[in-house]
Amino acid sequence: MPSPVELPPKTRGLTAIAGAMSLIAVLVIVQIWLLSAALELFLAGNRHTALPAAVFSGVMFLICLGLYLFVDRVDSEVRRSADER
Amino acid sequence: MNWLRRASSEPLWKEEFSVSTAEERYVTRRQLTKFLVLTSLGMFVGNIWILVRSIFYKTPSYPQQPVARLGEIPVGGVKLFTYPTKEDQCIMVRTGENEYVSYSQKCTHLSCAVYYSQASNRLECPCHRGFFSIKDGAVLQGPPSRPLPRILLETRGEQVVAVDVKA
Repeated sequence: MPSPVELPPKTRGLTAIAGAMSLIAVLVIVQIWLLSAALELFLAGNRHTALPAAVFSGVMFLICLGLYLFVDRVDSEVRRSADER
Repeated sequence: MNWLRRASSEPLWKEEFSVSTAEERYVTRRQLTKFLVLTSLGMFVGNIWILVRSIFYKTPSYPQQPVARLGEIPVGGVKLFTYPTKEDQCIMVRTGENEYVSYSQKCTHLSCAVYYSQASNRLECPCHRGFFSIKDGAVLQGPPSRPLPRILLETRGEQVVAVDVKA
């Protein structure tokens, strides 16, 4: 069985993208829950939870954005190495 | 029409559909990642919207409105009225000799009209069998997750007056 280093760049790129995508999917699910909980509390008259919910949601979005930029970078590298071959 | 084709070792379908399955999967995953990040942005914007609504929320002032005369309804009886606007249906129940409680009649699940069940002494929503306590409007059973908004009542002379709404 080949070690990860020996795998072709495209396979490694796909693995990286799949990993990042899984993390982003988990974060988005948490964000969906957070939004529904914040809306529920807002409609129930609790106005103090909106700020922490927005902050956490923003942090999760930034992580997602970072992961996307990582995916974009990996993708560029894979394409460049494929062109060089 | 073969003379129009340029000389190539590949068959025509391979030239026209030149994206291999592996390439297609690669692009699709990237696009899905982008879509997920945009969804994440949408969730963040939604939370910001709730935050803005919370910041600019003004506590409404409710009018004082006579809704019934004392003794107008018997103990265990019910009266329907609208408060604070004509569109807001409310239900008032006389739970004791000098005890009146009133709640919004809209179920907090999907806005069906709740009714008073004297047999079980609770407010019931017939749509999805959500039950609310007659004492404080709390959810006893069913899909509603929030209590019924309570209409605060005061007795002034011979009248029962609605003075406020407590969500």
